[in-house]
Amino acid sequence: MKAAEPATSDQAGALRQRAAEARLRDIRMVHGAGMGHVGGELSAMDILVTLYFGGVLRYDPADPSDPERDRFVLSKGHSAAALYTTLAMAGYFDTAELDSWLAPLSRLNGHPDRNKVPGVETNTGPLGHGFPVAVGIALSGQMDGSERRTFVLTGDGELQEGSMWEAAMAAGHFGLERLVCIVDRNRLQQGDRTETTMGLDPLPAKFAAFGWAVRETDGHDVAALLDTFAALPFEAGRPNCVIANTTKGRGVSFIEDRKEWHHRVPTDEEYARAVAELEGGQA
Amino acid sequence: MNARAAAHAAPAELYDCRDAFADTLVELAQADPRVVAVVNDSLGSTKVSKLDTVLPGQVVNVGIAEQNMVGVGAGLANGGKIPFVCGATPFLTARALEQIKVDAAYSAANVKFVGVSSGVAYGELGPTHHSIEDIAWLRAIDRLCVIVPADPVETAQAIRAAYEHDGPVFVRTSRIGVPIIHAPDYRFRIGVAARLRDGSDVTIIANGVMVVRALEAAALLATEGIEARVLNMATVAPLDREAVLAAARETGGIVTAEEHIVRGGLGGAVAEVVVTESPVPMRILGFPGFCPTGSPEFLLQHAGLTADGIAAAARELAGG
Repeated sequence: MKAAEPATSDQAGALRQRAAEARLRDIRMVHGAGMGHVGGELSAMDILVTLYFGGVLRYDPADPSDPERDRFVLSKGHSAAALYTTLAMAGYFDTAELDSWLAPLSRLNGHPDRNKVPGVETNTGPLGHGFPVAVGIALSGQMDGSERRTFVLTGDGELQEGSMWEAAMAAGHFGLERLVCIVDRNRLQQGDRTETTMGLDPLPAKFAAFGWAVRETDGHDVAALLDTFAALPFEAGRPNCVIANTTKGRGVSFIEDRKEWHHRVPTDEEYARAVAELEGGQA
Repeated sequence: MNARAAAHAAPAELYDCRDAFADTLVELAQADPRVVAVVNDSLGSTKVSKLDTVLPGQVVNVGIAEQNMVGVGAGLANGGKIPFVCGATPFLTARALEQIKVDAAYSAANVKFVGVSSGVAYGELGPTHHSIEDIAWLRAIDRLCVIVPADPVETAQAIRAAYEHDGPVFVRTSRIGVPIIHAPDYRFRIGVAARLRDGSDVTIIANGVMVVRALEAAALLATEGIEARVLNMATVAPLDREAVLAAARETGGIVTAEEHIVRGGLGGAVAEVVVTESPVPMRILGFPGFCPTGSPEFLLQHAGLTADGIAAAARELAGG
């Protein structure tokens, strides 16, 4: 399995390249299939790339059921295309298969299915599911005295689900030090801004009040993300919450921070512009 | 002395199937450290306290949080545990239905659910605490085995079968007392009905607390010259289609009896097979809707879920 390594400036540069490539693949999938949740996928991409390619997660694509693997749970399951992109780039399956996304009988469904796609830990889609499952996974590791860690990525709008706070309460109660909840805090949800729809602030204080050790970071600064993950566990005996401040649609100027891009699909012309921007950013 | 009197001549000792469940869980957990129980502040009501007393490290109490309880169960399964997620059926199944569907069944997680105090076991506490819809909800979910044992012998074996089965299983237990129906050498198998009495005039298909009442009904009918076949259909999903079809072809009429609403439960499952493959007259006995105030026994009688009620329906079908 890949071991955690300290961050270097070269590593951050390489991660930025990977993230740009992943964004290109993601938007290509959404444009090609005519469906997807591009805004939340682009906001989560730097986090996913840092976890998988920054030496944070220990995993082996050749042995996806290794009992001692670290787990990654995508609680915001509608960002499936971002997860598939990352898993394919990590070697779980061929990147060419990404073009089958949403095609009839493709295993790359609109929301991830662990029984079909290697590297997926639990099926998500309806909001509020992945986080409790991640708590259970982390609890199993604690019961076994295992070193394995569990990372779960949640949306911020998703935190309006009651089950998320049941899970947060349990993780704090059980002191799940090897659990890391990363909140993709892009401040937008399907219909509007989170704070207009159903306010979440003060979000760090909410997690802290549930017994979590909380850190805020720039969710697009891979060096800052690496530093944050290198500091795990933040406090002995507490679960770890990373509030990753992000921009929905990050990387494509006309998609960034616009609520209509929750699941809008780029036209051919918009796709060409997006590709040009992302390829420009990659250089 | 008539048959009804005979059936009651020696009142059988009644058992609470939660004990058979909890005792079996303790045996499994002692033999296999992967076995853990997950409860929602329900140590007492599920009798998982028996496990907590001897192996507290294999019990997880998530507090009053059913959605998280099921998600945590699925996560424990991901981590290699064999979790038994236990709680009162109305709250376990209704509050956490989406978690049962997505986290357990659709994810094919190796999670076992044990619902206690199912049906109208909570009696006077009313319809908020009754669970008479759960079979309809759960049997519609792909991959999920749904088992409704009839007595302590079958409950213990159903729990073992759930443990041995690779995948999600729901076992529905009651707290209404039932006598021992099955001999010690009975072997429960998932998806296989038990023929408890042979007959060719009509078939009574029941499960859970209704099985003993079905047997009493058959004894009553026998005094009138009507020979009723009695099937214990403990597994509702996957259903024993062959046993249903044999009953339809060989006895010409089927009465179902369940501690559940008349829509979508055991009766519905049997009817789906009968109407599509071998149509015969049926009667579906169960609760017509939300129940009024009363004890469990009163509510069963009020809805005609008695030996007399089953016998009356069977008599109609047998042309008696």
